[in-house]
Amino acid sequence: MVNITINNKKIQVPEGTTILNAAKQAGIDIPVLCYHPDLDIKANCRICVVEVEGARTLQTACSTRVWEGMAVRTNTPKVRQARKIIVELILAGHEMDCTYCKRNNRCDLQKIAADLGIRENPFRHVERDLERDTSGPSLERNPNKCIKCGRCIQMCGKVQGLSLLDYAGRSDEVEIKPAFGKYLTDIACVACGQCAVVCPVAAITEKEDIDRVWEAINDPDKVVIVQTAPAVRVALGEEFGFEPGKVVTGKMVAALRALGFDKVFDTDFTADLTIIEEGNELLQRLSNGGVLPMLTSCSPGWINFIEQYYPELLPHVSTCKSPQQMFGALAKGYYAAKIGKRPEDIFSVSIMPCTAKKYEAQRPEMSVDGKNPDVDVVLTTRELAKMLRQAGINFDALEEEEYDAPFGLSTGAAVIFGATGGVMEAALRTVYEVVTGKTLPSLDFKDVRGLEGIKEATVDLNGTPVKVAVAHTLANARKLMELIKSGKADYAFIEIMCCPGGCIGGGGQPYGTTNEVRKKRIAAIYEADRDLPIRKSHENPAIKKLYEEFLGEPLGEKSHHLLHTHYNDRKA
Amino acid sequence: MEVKEVLDKYGNSPGRLLGAMLEYQRSKPQNYLTKEDIQAFAKETGLPVSRVYSLVTFYSLFSEVPRGRYIIQVCRDVPCHVNGSVNVVAELEGLLGIKMGQTTEDGMFTLEYTSCIGCCEMAPAMQIGETVYGNLTPEKIASIIGELRRAGK
Repeated sequence: MVNITINNKKIQVPEGTTILNAAKQAGIDIPVLCYHPDLDIKANCRICVVEVEGARTLQTACSTRVWEGMAVRTNTPKVRQARKIIVELILAGHEMDCTYCKRNNRCDLQKIAADLGIRENPFRHVERDLERDTSGPSLERNPNKCIKCGRCIQMCGKVQGLSLLDYAGRSDEVEIKPAFGKYLTDIACVACGQCAVVCPVAAITEKEDIDRVWEAINDPDKVVIVQTAPAVRVALGEEFGFEPGKVVTGKMVAALRALGFDKVFDTDFTADLTIIEEGNELLQRLSNGGVLPMLTSCSPGWINFIEQYYPELLPHVSTCKSPQQMFGALAKGYYAAKIGKRPEDIFSVSIMPCTAKKYEAQRPEMSVDGKNPDVDVVLTTRELAKMLRQAGINFDALEEEEYDAPFGLSTGAAVIFGATGGVMEAALRTVYEVVTGKTLPSLDFKDVRGLEGIKEATVDLNGTPVKVAVAHTLANARKLMELIKSGKADYAFIEIMCCPGGCIGGGGQPYGTTNEVRKKRIAAIYEADRDLPIRKSHENPAIKKLYEEFLGEPLGEKSHHLLHTHYNDRKA
Repeated sequence: MEVKEVLDKYGNSPGRLLGAMLEYQRSKPQNYLTKEDIQAFAKETGLPVSRVYSLVTFYSLFSEVPRGRYIIQVCRDVPCHVNGSVNVVAELEGLLGIKMGQTTEDGMFTLEYTSCIGCCEMAPAMQIGETVYGNLTPEKIASIIGELRRAGK
């Protein structure tokens, strides 16, 4: 341990601690812009400067490690002045239309400027008017907002292993962009949106589709239905001041009803359905000598990855649509007729923790009538929060409500889809019982839980050991793909989620997502699972009824038509 | 010269990429790297295209647009500035009939600025290829350009 004083307060911290983390321990906030707890320390923005006794110049708190007897001051005229000038310089080159900005009130730079009390800027404002990229259905880039902190570069490179963004140019003309300034739709971007999650400003954001939803809600001829992904309920509360890890399912349902949705359904229902279809597909592959290991297909960022980077492995991917798209297909290909409507009378909205889901929804094959998309609009968790604020809904004061029938009933197996390892665990709960005919002694497959990059487990299915693996982030996915290519992957089934932590850490989740926050959301997911009366997909009575009433059997003709899909080789 | 060839010569490692790309660029009649060149270097070295593009756009030694056979780089750092680099630029612009950043119609000369080339003791200075010219006067500039014109024909 090392003894230091920060602003005259004596504290003890472990050797190697940075001033920034030591200050946090002492209850002192130091502003940061380029620093992110899960990424490398860059120390390029300089906003975290502090005075260190004996040092000739100000030191960056994020990169300076404490030493015995160090005396730090974080609140001196010199420090305040330096931080102010740094922010003024950044603002001089930043597009300053804050009140029109998507991140108004949710911007790290705006907050720091407000905290420092900046009222005018002595530096001349430089308008660059660089071209914006609004080419894609998921993400938009506005280089005029970029403050060049480099967080997105590291997220795309180190965490996702794609390295599509980097600095370009020099001096005051430096930008962060894809090579040759190409559009995101012209490069092998997977639309995961992790760059947008770590961006401190609005340089990379999701494409906003809120107005299209309002328009549908206000259209008296439309039946507007909504589905909510498993991971949204454990994160939405953060937008309204709840601590990360608070489960707000009931309030969220009430809020959606208050917005004017005609029916509030749950993607968890089709997550259960996915388990039935995908579990049966796995059993079929196992018994018929099909292509193994089978890979999950729920995560559209991951699908974008394998289609563009490993198309030769596409036969490994389960043909099951993602729960979002199974829901959409059922909404238009089953529910519409059930309530005496045409598919085009239904407007289906999904609330997702994800930006790649926006891309997935507009894939041409995701349409049962060949005209309208099965999911008309995808909103991220962040966009839903915006909508609720627009509507003046006091989230905290809402009474909890229940989902609507018939797509509202789901199980604990479906909820855990939101966390890395969840789909695997849900599948194992069902596959084990279907194959062995025995009841599982314990439903918790703890080996596949948690934030470790690649996890493995072996399950004994009637004397046959079946090995499975789980990976999250595309850098980890790549490792497993290389293993499969080398012929050394002796797994039967692999779950892959594109984003760190799984969907709870998705690109559409509230800002401020860190591994610390991810852990809390994951804990909440398993808490929600534990508290549900039914925890196995094959025991969901609404699913059983759907097969009896409509689908017939898993992998049957109707399933093939509505619930399964195909993939494309999109290698650049 | 092929991308692979020059990488074989320099050794295929990220640390040697700059030298390899420079030599490759110099071997091209128009003194620049095309998109395909940048992609080829990325592919051969295994570096992300965004990274190689980053290098090319960072260093003023590289160009993404076609340039003249001779690239005249006038130093614009402080000692050269104080010693009249502005006049050097005016002289060159007059002689060549182009503005800073442009290439002559015959594709012979491109006029560029450079940061300090370490010749402050003979400011104002400029660099053409690997040759440095210092203590520049209008007469000296005219004779350098005249000689290169003759040599380049």
